[in-house]
Amino acid sequence: MTKTDSTKTEYALLALEDGRVFRGRSWGALGEVCGEMVFNTSMSGYQEVLTDPSYAGQIVCMTYPLIGNYGVNAADAESARPWVEGFVVREASRTASSWRAEETLDAYLKRWSIPAVDHIDTRALVRHIRDRGAMRACLSSVDGDEKSLVEKARASLSMENRELASVVTTKAPYEVAAEGVERFHVVCYDFGVKTNSLREFARRGCRLTVVPSSTPAADVLAMKPDGVFLSNGPGDPASMSAVVEEIRRLAESGTPTFGICFGHQLLGRAFGGTTYKLRFGHRGGNQPVREQSSGSIEITSHNHGFAVSAESLPAEVEVTHVNLNDNCVEGMRHKRLPVFSVQYHPEAAPGPHDAEHHFRRFVELMESERA
Amino acid sequence: MPKRTDIRKILIIGSGPIVIGQACEFDYSGTQACKALKAEGYEVVLVNSNPATIMTDPEIADRTYVEPLTVASVAAIIERERPDALLPTVGGQTALNLALALDDAGVLSEFRVEMIGAKREAIRVAEDRELFKRAMDEVGLVMPRGGFAHSWAEAEVMVEETGYPAIVRPSFTLGGTGGGTAFNPEEFEEIVRAGLAASPILQVLIEESILGWKEFELEVMRDLADNVVIICSIENFDPMGVHTGDSITVAPAQTLTDVEYQNLRDIAIKIIRKVGVETGGSNIQFAVNPADGAVRVIEMNPRVSRSSALASKATGFPIAKIAAKLAVGYTLDEIPNDITKKTPASFEPTIDYVVAKIPKWNFEKFREAEDVLGTQMKSVGEVMAIGRTFKEALFKGLRSLEAVSPLRLADVPADELQRKLARPNSQRFSYITYALQQGVSIEEIHRLSKIDPWFLEQLRDVMSVQERIEGKRLEEIAPDDLREAKEVGLSDRRVAYLTDRSEGEVRARRKELGIVPVYKRVDTCGAEFESFTPYLYSTYEEEDEAAPTNARKIMILGSGPNRIGQGIEFDYCCCHASFALREAGFETIMVNCNPETVSTDYDTSDRLYFEPLTFEDVMNIVDVERPEGIIVQFGGQTPLNLATQLSEAGAPVIGTSPDSIDLAEDRKRFGALMRELSVPQPENGTAVSPEEARVVAERIGYPVMVRPSFVLGGRAMAIVYDAKSLDEYMRTAVEASPAKPVLIDKFLERAAEFDVDALADETAVVVAAIQEHIEEAGIHSGDSSCVLPPVRVAEEHLETMRHYTRVLARALKVRGLINIQFAIKDDRVYVLEVNPRASRTVPFVSKATGVALARVAALVMAGAKTLAEFNLPAELTVNRFFIKSPVFPFAKFPGVDPILGPEMHSTGEVMGVGETFGEAYAKAMMGAGLTLPCRGTAFVSVNDSDKGQAVLLARRLARLGFRLLATYGTAARLREVGLEVESVFKVNEGRPNIVDAIKQDEVALVINTPLGRASHFDEQAIRRAALQHGVPCVTTMTGAHALVDSIAACGVDGNTRPKPVSLQELHESPKSAAQSPRSGAGVRL
Repeated sequence: MTKTDSTKTEYALLALEDGRVFRGRSWGALGEVCGEMVFNTSMSGYQEVLTDPSYAGQIVCMTYPLIGNYGVNAADAESARPWVEGFVVREASRTASSWRAEETLDAYLKRWSIPAVDHIDTRALVRHIRDRGAMRACLSSVDGDEKSLVEKARASLSMENRELASVVTTKAPYEVAAEGVERFHVVCYDFGVKTNSLREFARRGCRLTVVPSSTPAADVLAMKPDGVFLSNGPGDPASMSAVVEEIRRLAESGTPTFGICFGHQLLGRAFGGTTYKLRFGHRGGNQPVREQSSGSIEITSHNHGFAVSAESLPAEVEVTHVNLNDNCVEGMRHKRLPVFSVQYHPEAAPGPHDAEHHFRRFVELMESERA
Repeated sequence: MPKRTDIRKILIIGSGPIVIGQACEFDYSGTQACKALKAEGYEVVLVNSNPATIMTDPEIADRTYVEPLTVASVAAIIERERPDALLPTVGGQTALNLALALDDAGVLSEFRVEMIGAKREAIRVAEDRELFKRAMDEVGLVMPRGGFAHSWAEAEVMVEETGYPAIVRPSFTLGGTGGGTAFNPEEFEEIVRAGLAASPILQVLIEESILGWKEFELEVMRDLADNVVIICSIENFDPMGVHTGDSITVAPAQTLTDVEYQNLRDIAIKIIRKVGVETGGSNIQFAVNPADGAVRVIEMNPRVSRSSALASKATGFPIAKIAAKLAVGYTLDEIPNDITKKTPASFEPTIDYVVAKIPKWNFEKFREAEDVLGTQMKSVGEVMAIGRTFKEALFKGLRSLEAVSPLRLADVPADELQRKLARPNSQRFSYITYALQQGVSIEEIHRLSKIDPWFLEQLRDVMSVQERIEGKRLEEIAPDDLREAKEVGLSDRRVAYLTDRSEGEVRARRKELGIVPVYKRVDTCGAEFESFTPYLYSTYEEEDEAAPTNARKIMILGSGPNRIGQGIEFDYCCCHASFALREAGFETIMVNCNPETVSTDYDTSDRLYFEPLTFEDVMNIVDVERPEGIIVQFGGQTPLNLATQLSEAGAPVIGTSPDSIDLAEDRKRFGALMRELSVPQPENGTAVSPEEARVVAERIGYPVMVRPSFVLGGRAMAIVYDAKSLDEYMRTAVEASPAKPVLIDKFLERAAEFDVDALADETAVVVAAIQEHIEEAGIHSGDSSCVLPPVRVAEEHLETMRHYTRVLARALKVRGLINIQFAIKDDRVYVLEVNPRASRTVPFVSKATGVALARVAALVMAGAKTLAEFNLPAELTVNRFFIKSPVFPFAKFPGVDPILGPEMHSTGEVMGVGETFGEAYAKAMMGAGLTLPCRGTAFVSVNDSDKGQAVLLARRLARLGFRLLATYGTAARLREVGLEVESVFKVNEGRPNIVDAIKQDEVALVINTPLGRASHFDEQAIRRAALQHGVPCVTTMTGAHALVDSIAACGVDGNTRPKPVSLQELHESPKSAAQSPRSGAGVRL
């Protein structure tokens, strides 16, 4: 970057594929990225959002306007690195105030080369996406030409049919030890797993073997696990037909299986159901989900752009949870097989802990299957 | 779960008069609860002694009792109404305490009334700190170290565990009354003893200090199916040690990582379940150590609170309304979110803006009180502001405060600056910005103030934006810099000050550059769903969501933050204007910045702009909405002060013209009018210097009443008896200028005073009420009790007042409301003051007469109807005695003399209704929290001119069975007429003296009129002692007579059964004229 460039790059542009352009100030790294433009409504937890692999391929806008206030720390990372393509906020805090802070968010984004923009009307952006649906966007602090950026957005990959699990998954299997006495062995399919899911299992006496997304069912069954966990992750579940087939085998083997988010969508497809793209998705920590049999409500953490179609599910699969805002499927279980899943994030991080009990539920399932 | 059908009738208890720590937020919550339950088909019975509330409007509940909030009075209402259930959680601490007391007295079980919302056990656990602490221990939650002491001896032991500084909080008091922080044994003893005395259960909590920790609050809701949601998190700008009511607070929390926030959320849910609050909202306070994140649970309120009103306004989630529905059995998912319409209430609001609440103090009214903030709340009101950044919200909030003259600091010595930063005070904010400007580092300011560096950084950002424009020519400022100044919340007025130009010029330049605000919606969901409710705030961004309609619309300017002299009464008027105009088919637009009020409820008006009440902010809305009329006459002085400026800018102010408003305020113009109309005024003049003042005073003769121009609530008003005091007043008490001269009036000693409210337009004048003050002239009208109808005035004087009212209303071309203050001295009627606007007494008069004056006035102002078309009589009548009595905050300000004078000190009011004057006054006194003494010793000490009256009074007291106690002079006079009197020393005459007697609870009643400067100290000690020991203390003879009337009405045994009467009964079946109280009144004097 030359010196003259750096004076130009005080500003950054965010161009949407439908031609709308927002002009703001550049922060984080200088650069240019394209991705699906989505928004998250959590008021805290930006670091967890940035490091959630499910955001791969996306430019994320936080609806809460002040981001970065408490900086960044190593403990709150949900994976080894940030995965968002770009980051959009109303006002980035250049300083960090927290006893836990290790660096400022700005420095962190620079370190990981994530371009970001602030000082734009994020509410207008969110309303635009809400009304017109999630769309592709290009965020740039190097190209000042609006038309060119809109073109770049249009030329970028669409999230539909996009496969991203292979990008974010672990390259090789690894183990996570149980905390305390080891009671179970769980194989975790890593489609973009968050650290807190692993922590929730470990806390409950599970040893984990985290395997790449392409691992064949036979290899997993050969490990004789007590259970299989299908993680969250980015991309369109429809792009995963090979993996879906492996999952169907695993489920039908009678191995207790638990899926969350992307894993839930893959299970839905494995049982013969279909998935569809939501208009702008659910991303935030305040979504009300009702458990159908008891009527009890949990406030849950969401991050999904696709959902399982309720009508497409076979009779053997029961919808156990629905979203009260839009009635979309939030959880299901197989009536015959020891398999259940939720569309949302019981591991939270960020978000409320109301749904944590699903991990306990899975441990209990493994217990009863063992007996 | 569907709503319960086994209950039909529900009793709601309100919070009584406005006091520090319990303000109109409970009118808001109570009104919401009444409306919600009525809408569900329940019959709602309401009791609240405060007539200035919307909730006590006859339409809000089915049966409305403006009666004292005492066990006896509410028990009588329960017996009469037989409600199935009692909802105690929407009337603040008052309602909660009263509900418990009713239960203790067996009333609830006797009449089979079920407590809904919160059960007795849950209230006890949450409210009794000892039980609460035990409950927290049981679920592994940590509270600050320490414990409860019930005596000084126990406290001494306890402090060894906590060390110094130690926090002392008395149990069961409002706003932390009697609490404080002790830094040494001497302070400790003082605070503990005061705290034990203030606590109704003689208990204080003594705790380790967590001063300087960060303070957070969570608003939690739970339903009967055990679903729990958090509505809002709040972070205090001021650290622990400052009462949250006195802190600047911010929503949502700004400096917590998600891990820390979710931990607080988990704890909050654990607490509400453990305490067992079944349904509704609770507020939980936390302290967090900034060094390591350690958390302490501070307290829980198992009810709707000031913070939940704030949270409701901050998020758009109506906590009280939802709480009421949950109390009758609904679950959260069965209740729709009004704003999005499509989503249920079982969610957690997420906001995409920042909310700042800033307290408003009235320290200037309590000169002896030290301006130091601590664990006892001292603010009298608050503002809320919404912005897209903290900076914007904070600075919008600061200008919403209407600081009379912003503190401009210069040359503050370093040690004083350090002290001001380290010791929280109401001006601390000014000192912080000053320190930043002086280059004091953020680390240093943080070290002294313990305010989180993040907040300080935000302030520094604003300072640097200011620096970029300061001293520049307006036209030279880069458009981006000017835009940024607006984005961070700087007002046009501030920019004008920095560039040495006028506000109008800044506004013009700004508009020329296209720098105008847009309006965003408060929608509970961060724009995830469409909002159907126009609840708006301004910001400087791209997209505007105001979407104004083409309807016929009227804009109503609210009254801003509560303060002494301008409170809930004006919010009442604004709401009524909105209700009436909505019904008449207008679209109504409310502008206000007070989060406690009903007017800032998003469904009171068609559109709500939560904005500062300044010329700039109001005109910006006018530009967008283009209303056909603006009402400035209902919100008190705040909007009235904008009238001329708005009108000159072309805004359509309706009702009485700004010119008439100015005419009434401008001493010279008004004097000329009065001479022209031949209406007598006390002799008067104006002065800008001490010399000039002396000339005026000598011309008209002492004593004189002096006051600054354009003030509220008699601010800095005084009665001056000689040249020396006048000099002192002119030099120290006021800043006079040619634009704002000091007003000097002949003081009419011992005159009787009257407040008249009337309605007028070109077609008619209706005298709504002639209210007689109980206290004589010289006591601020807001601090004097008043009675309707008048009881001791000749008919000819009433006629004169009616006549002058009509003459003045016509001369001022009044269209709407007018309030006139009269005095009668030596059989002559004088006009003291004319206010062509809604007055403080409008709600009281409306409730007494059954005619909603503000509604009629609003329709007349908007031209919907002429006054003649209402077919009202020339003068409204009442069929009972109605008394309005003030309540005072003296107990919160140690060292302040609780004496009445021309400067207003009361924060709120109650109403008493009775068949006789005595009954009504007794109810008013009980409503104001006084226990009427029925026997015991009455202490009498009066000045020479009152001695004649004192004889009459003493005789009546003796006849009622009181023992008499008097100082030597008074005693001698009473003995002359054969009364049996004991004498007692004055304070400076020796021991034991009268103060000792009061402190030993030997005195049941104090009657003490001021003797003058010499005995000032003595009298102050008596009054303070009486205040502390809850002994009624009267400082005027007329007040004393009224009190004796009420004691007589209570019966000698004090056991006369209360006779509650609902407003609906009063106004639906008017008594015949023959039974009019005027003829049947047994009133002396």
